[in-house]
Amino acid sequence: MPKERIRAYAWEIPVRLTHWINFVCIVALIVTGFYIGNPYAHAYSSSQYIMGWIRFVHFTAAYFFLMSLVIRIYWAFAGNRYASWRVWLLLTKQQWQDFWGALKFYLFLSKHPPCAVGHTAIAGFTYFFVFILFGWQILSGFALHSLTHTGPLWFYLGGWLTGMMHMQTIRLYHHMATYVIISFAVAHVYIAWYLTLKERNGLMGSIFDGYKFVTGKEWE
Amino acid sequence: MDCSGKHDVVSSEGTIYESLLKKGFSRRDFLKLCTTLTATLSLPAPFVSRIAEALETKKKPILVWLEFQDCAGNSEALLRATKPTVGEIVLDTLSIEYHETIMAAAGHQAEKSLADVVANHKGNYIAAVEGSIPMKDGGVHCCIGGRSALEIAREVCGNAMATIAMGTCACFGGIPAAAPNPTEAVGVSAAVPNIPVVNLSGCPVNAENITATVVHLLTFGTLPALDKFNRPLFAYGKRIHDNCERRAHFDAGQYVRRWGDEGHREGWCLYEMGCKGPETFKNCPRIKYNDGTNWPVGSGHGCIGCAEPAFWDRMTPFYERLPQPPGFGVEATADKVGLGVAAVTGAAIVAHGIGRMISGKNTRED
Ligand code: HEM
Ligand code: HEM
Ligand code: SF4
Repeated sequence: MPKERIRAYAWEIPVRLTHWINFVCIVALIVTGFYIGNPYAHAYSSSQYIMGWIRFVHFTAAYFFLMSLVIRIYWAFAGNRYASWRVWLLLTKQQWQDFWGALKFYLFLSKHPPCAVGHTAIAGFTYFFVFILFGWQILSGFALHSLTHTGPLWFYLGGWLTGMMHMQTIRLYHHMATYVIISFAVAHVYIAWYLTLKERNGLMGSIFDGYKFVTGKEWE
Repeated sequence: MDCSGKHDVVSSEGTIYESLLKKGFSRRDFLKLCTTLTATLSLPAPFVSRIAEALETKKKPILVWLEFQDCAGNSEALLRATKPTVGEIVLDTLSIEYHETIMAAAGHQAEKSLADVVANHKGNYIAAVEGSIPMKDGGVHCCIGGRSALEIAREVCGNAMATIAMGTCACFGGIPAAAPNPTEAVGVSAAVPNIPVVNLSGCPVNAENITATVVHLLTFGTLPALDKFNRPLFAYGKRIHDNCERRAHFDAGQYVRRWGDEGHREGWCLYEMGCKGPETFKNCPRIKYNDGTNWPVGSGHGCIGCAEPAFWDRMTPFYERLPQPPGFGVEATADKVGLGVAAVTGAAIVAHGIGRMISGKNTRED
């Protein structure tokens, strides 16, 4: 039987809110993005507006996604210690130790699951790259968007990139990054589910209500 | 009268208007022409009179036309029109003092006329350049009259009032600059930096855009407003995709999927056939080619992006929407590589799940 657990508040509202806004936006962006990349459904009449709507959804979701990321980055400085930007990096010796410990666990080299109130060191470090990836999608997406939207807003959000990188290259990597995001999402959900089972710490639930169930060892 | 006082393009002969009258033009034809030019320059109607005034009063500009690593396609585009175009008419009336393909003079005589222009009209003539300039080995890969293209360009463009780069090779290096670029070919503004250059890219350039640029120079004494690649905004300010006659089919979701299929016969959008209209800036849908007869998309072939830098390297494959991801061999497409990444992730998860079963522990051990 698992030992007695302490209910710990890990994810504050902005973290949970932005997580689910991101989730909805990313699903919408992937579905519509793949249609833009390869329009599999064809219209039977010219009065339809399939690509038009698909692009509209892609761009609307893009703005929500951008705002969500802005809020999350703000919270990395304003939020609690589990939301801090510090957990995204391996800054301390402790973080390195946790990192190797967690890695060993995932590779079946150790039977001690990583335990942390917030992200484990591996998760935190992964999110660092994931947020860079999100940033790239936004930058490259707005760079493509700036081809038709020439105002200063779109220039600063991404248009400047077209002066340094060929449009086709931007498009290619915008497209390719989509697969990396899909791969992350699959692995991420699997790991969340796996750790929930393994650790019994309510990880899956925590991203809904904010609470994790920890043993108390985390603070030692 | 000089409208802006910036520069004055001079020649010994009369004005463009006078030449047009000599060619049998009426005043009415002349004003029509001015209206067309105003529209091409995307200027509002009141500018018609300003342009008319300039063509009536200003001396005809002197033009020298240099050809370097090119196919003469831009000259061809200009010369092979079946009926006189606006462009032809105006260019016919320019004083073209040097043009390797069409001038009567040859050899030393020809080179002398070029030297005379540079010496006698310094800062007052227009240099047109067609073709790219090789930089490798000091520029020996393209020589005319014993001098390298680079040397000629430095002298002729460096002393011109302005240089017009005709076609993608002169603008960005074009096809000679395609990988592996054996001669290290570049465009004029890269070969001779810090001189005023207007890039009229395209393969070939449209005569109407040349005329409009020359007339702008003549009327206002300045180069037209340029984009980040030094191309005039009046011609390169809008994406092909946004002015395309097939755009309604793009928005609707009607695409050609195979050459000759029903969609192709119906004139649907060529997006899935690799059309590069969505990443190419030019006014082709409006002014077209060959006296406004047609343009690639109008005839059922996707745009290949010829007006953009590095088009031969980056807009290829012409019949695929995306370029190939680097480092994955010739057959790879972005989607194949992407699916590979996703498959590896899936495999890792399956392996992990199996590993978990073998290690046989589902509950946490403290
Ligand atoms: C997770 C985020 C995103 C994903 C997964 C995603 C995915 C995609 C994909 C797969 C394409 C098709 C690429 C192609 O084959 O040409 C695409 C196109 C595009 N995306 Fe995104 N995208 C994302 C975010 C954004 C953002 C933030 C913007 C910003 C405005 C954006 C703007 C665009 C634009 C402008 C296009 C080209 C559409 C067109 O030319 O009609 N995307 N996206
Ligand atoms: C059923 C779907 C999902 C569940 C149950 C879920 C669950 C979770 C949980 C429990 C955490 C925090 C715990 C941790 O690993 O440290 C988390 C964080 C995160 N998830 Fe998800 N997730 C889901 C889908 C996604 C998707 C599709 C994405 C994006 C592709 C995503 C991106 C992230 C990111 C970036 C974080 C870090 C959050 C932050 O620090 O702000 N999640 N998720
Ligand atoms: S044919 Fe090309 S330029 Fe025209 S709408 Fe389709 S993709 Fe755009």
